[in-house]
Amino acid sequence: MATGTDPETAAAGHAPARGVHHSTRAAIPAPHLRADRWWLSPAVTAAGLLAFVVYSTWRAFAGADYYAAPYVSPFYSPCLADNCVEMKGGADWGLVGSWWGLSPALLVLIFPLGFRLTCYYYRKAYYRGFWASPPACAVPEPHKKYSGETRFPLILQNVHRYFFYFAVLVAGILTYDAVLGFRDADGAWGHMGLGTLVLLANIALIWAYTLSCHSCRHIVGGRLRNFSKHPVRYRMWGWVSALNARHMQLAWASLVSVAVADFYVYLVASGAFSDPRFF
Amino acid sequence: MSYQARFKVWRGDADGGGLADFEVTVNEGEVVLDVVHRLQATAAPDLAVRWNCKAGKCGSCSAEINGRPRLLCMTRMSVFDPAETVTITPLRAFPVLRDLVTDVSYNYAKAREVPSFVPPAELGPGQYRMKQEDVNRVQEFRKCIECFLCQNTCHVVRDHEENKQAFAGPRFLMRVAELDMHPLDAAAEAGVDRRRGAREEHGLGYCNITKCCTEVCPEHIKITDNALIPLKERVVDRSYDPLVWLGSKIRRRKA
Repeated sequence: MATGTDPETAAAGHAPARGVHHSTRAAIPAPHLRADRWWLSPAVTAAGLLAFVVYSTWRAFAGADYYAAPYVSPFYSPCLADNCVEMKGGADWGLVGSWWGLSPALLVLIFPLGFRLTCYYYRKAYYRGFWASPPACAVPEPHKKYSGETRFPLILQNVHRYFFYFAVLVAGILTYDAVLGFRDADGAWGHMGLGTLVLLANIALIWAYTLSCHSCRHIVGGRLRNFSKHPVRYRMWGWVSALNARHMQLAWASLVSVAVADFYVYLVASGAFSDPRFF
Repeated sequence: MSYQARFKVWRGDADGGGLADFEVTVNEGEVVLDVVHRLQATAAPDLAVRWNCKAGKCGSCSAEINGRPRLLCMTRMSVFDPAETVTITPLRAFPVLRDLVTDVSYNYAKAREVPSFVPPAELGPGQYRMKQEDVNRVQEFRKCIECFLCQNTCHVVRDHEENKQAFAGPRFLMRVAELDMHPLDAAAEAGVDRRRGAREEHGLGYCNITKCCTEVCPEHIKITDNALIPLKERVVDRSYDPLVWLGSKIRRRKA
């Protein structure tokens, strides 16, 4: 299609040298000449994500110690199966019925997991950290072929906006859970404990991360050609853009906060820690 | 304060070459291009280097310094430890011509493939009126100096020569985004579908948004966040989102 951009055909019997070692490029034996600690960032990213995967897998499959009235773990809300513990006034809806025998967290975690898995920031993080595609800028990737997000399964990354819609629903429910934290264990309002603060901080970060999403930015106003004809959406786009500039930081902060909130509920529910009550 | 610095500079051409060692005087306040010029004036008069403005605005002196794609004229010597050996090589994604000069014609070929701005039929020269809020986004992309550091560092073509046919690279996908966001572009009316083109002709799907283009941009353009991802979302509107498709059929609305 392009003038002068057809790939070279390899001479018979010789495998063409790849990437930076292609025959037309400067003959430099080293795959890269970076002398800084380029490996640190992908290593830290991979370690952080791996730690969360291990922790969340344990907690998601545990199916226990996720409710300590009035606090519910964000991993288990909303609870869609019948096998949940009773949550007084909480999002305990049993929509799936009694046939579900596994941990109820597995039913709901699909949505935030899908949201984060298809998130534009996390894609960068795990493409670099786990798939080394590329491990760092100007450091060659080890793969012989590359088709990016043009084919199955990675073409499915394009569903990100649908996971965003679900993420808004889940964030709404977690907000409700955080508000319920102002009740005491018997359901009377006017209570506040350390757990209430933990859930509030978590939901604030979850909302900030969700609203800073690139798909949200597009839906709110990015898709418009003429901002001047849509002043309200333009203003909202400006707010989301300001958040979007910190999408990476919010992604990590909310990932940590959701794990901390779950662990706090686990400690209280298992009796290892008693929730300090402010009033 | 001056000091003697050690440099390794790639010398050679398409038939081969290697890193040559040099020791050269560096003065306070100098940039790498000053040192390259001093090398030309002293130890290596035939050293080939492409440069022009020496102010980070012409985009000519792109090279790789200690393995990182940078402009020679915008890299201060003060960022290096005086004891450090600084390595300068040509861009490693493009065919080398001689020493630090590469053949960047791939980029011009890709530039020609992007359908240009389509003037609105109802407006004549001098009648274009655009509000600032409608052109802010586009103006960021107009800062591009076409140094091609983003094209050079993008692993899609840097590590896979065979992808050069299908992939336009971040600079020209940004150009497509710029035109698709342009408040007066009448491409759609003229039958040019820029979003379909981004996916089918310019290979937007190859981009896996790992942001190296943004990291190396000397103009600090947020290429990934402000051009490539919004363009990906526009392509989703066009090709992958059944709700948007349905909405466009029912209401026949345009963004």
